[in-house]
Amino acid sequence: MSEMLGAAQMMQPVRHTEAAGSAVSVKNLHIRFGSKGSEFTALSDVSVEVPEGALVTMLGPSGCGKSTLLRAVADLVHVSDGSISVLGQPPKKAREGRDFAFVFQEATLLPWRSAIDNVSLPLEVGKHSSSQPTADPEEMLALVGLKGREKALPHELSGGMRQRVAIARALITRPRILLMDEPFGALDEITRDKLNEELLRLWQETGTTILFVTHSIPEAVFLGQYVLMLESHPGRVKEFMKVELPYPRKLAMRDTVEFIRITAKLRALLEEC
Amino acid sequence: MSDVVQGSKQGVSVSDAKRSGVTDAVLGFFANHYPAIFAVAGCVALWQFVVWFFAVPTFMAPSPVEVFYAFGENGAILWANLLPTLLEAFLGFIFGNLIAILLAVWFVYSSTAEKAFYPIAVIIKSIPIIALAPILVLIFGNGIAPKIIIAGLICFFPTLVNMVQGLKAASPAMLDLMRVLSASNSEVFWKVRLPASLPFLFAALKIAATSSVMGAIVAEWIGSSYGLGALIIEATYNFRSPLLYATVVIAAGLAVALFFVVSFIESKVVRWKPDAQH
Repeated sequence: MSEMLGAAQMMQPVRHTEAAGSAVSVKNLHIRFGSKGSEFTALSDVSVEVPEGALVTMLGPSGCGKSTLLRAVADLVHVSDGSISVLGQPPKKAREGRDFAFVFQEATLLPWRSAIDNVSLPLEVGKHSSSQPTADPEEMLALVGLKGREKALPHELSGGMRQRVAIARALITRPRILLMDEPFGALDEITRDKLNEELLRLWQETGTTILFVTHSIPEAVFLGQYVLMLESHPGRVKEFMKVELPYPRKLAMRDTVEFIRITAKLRALLEEC
Repeated sequence: MSDVVQGSKQGVSVSDAKRSGVTDAVLGFFANHYPAIFAVAGCVALWQFVVWFFAVPTFMAPSPVEVFYAFGENGAILWANLLPTLLEAFLGFIFGNLIAILLAVWFVYSSTAEKAFYPIAVIIKSIPIIALAPILVLIFGNGIAPKIIIAGLICFFPTLVNMVQGLKAASPAMLDLMRVLSASNSEVFWKVRLPASLPFLFAALKIAATSSVMGAIVAEWIGSSYGLGALIIEATYNFRSPLLYATVVIAAGLAVALFFVVSFIESKVVRWKPDAQH
């Protein structure tokens, strides 16, 4: 346990003050897919400010473009109009500078690589200066609770364990921003609850800014410091609200009146979308 | 877990550990394969019985016992003709697959190349190999070259098709991951596309291992004085049927041996389950 905390403390200092600058700033973003004639508008005039160190969960009906927004921040989608700034730079610069890491819905591990080799993949590829701080792969695996499974191949691990490896791989470059696209969506509820708690612990220990896409209202409220709700056709911002629940949050909090009041409010909003 | 496995094998308790290992291996092989062993033994026995009962003349169809003796009498001839065929099949296997792999890489990175040359590959594939043999003999003469080319051609197509599919098998999410990591094209190739293609490649190589022997033998039928193919023709024309049958058994054995070599390499290289994540 002390070892795991030690690994975490080596990362960035904890900063959750709202006065900090913005980690991700999206202004009047439009994203359209397809060619002229059969054009499809995924996002229309989306503006959002994510403060540094914040944990923002993104909710919305399917097809509202929440994944597209996340992928646009990660420079995986072409922006049609408007601007995105990641730590004051365009997404491409931020990607090349390894300012963010991405966690996909599927663990997306390379099946021929052991857990430890998957975690160290980001250190082997891409241009990155040797001066850039990186973490030790073994420490990262320990941080996500997989000490002793270093040599295991992905097919020897459970779905939850594979996703833990993916998170360790994302954290190895010590990104300032973590982009997570429904990372626990394919997991069973018990595993998901456990990983939710651990993600909160990681967030509080590392001070990383997290953007987290989910389709579960309780997950969005449990994790989120802020909830960004999008509505569909075309995708646009419906609501950006602060979740007035104290950290550290425990799973039992989901049974409190306050928690249920917030989820009920979001559910009502979601029905309007 | 391991205790249970050992317990079941300790039916034969031999004090000498090494002997026990060998006995276990033999018994284990027998336990796993006894239906096949009995079936093969039954077929051979039936063959012997039919030849004896109907008094089939040896030149028409030799009995298993006569084929068995043919191995002893013609051991030197069989061995001398096995080596050239093995060499041709091996070189054909190497060159045919190498060209197929390189072409597949080109196709995956250039759709123009794929559109231009894929149809030609299909046309070459559709020419009967036995019709191609005389053409190649006319061009390249009677040496080893046309045999290697035919053995290579026969390997070429399955490997090309599988390798193209394999190199495209990397999931979009994996490619997104590499993009987020700002990986270069060559890093994507060596770290993702190539390893992802290996299960597909080995599936093709196992087919190629057996068909390369077939290609070499067919090529040796056309005006060759050595090799298992030439021996088959010679034994047939001289009514040396036991030798003919022995040659066929050797040829099949060669193909099976190459198949197992490729399978063994595959088991060492591809240790993962390709669809662990899907």
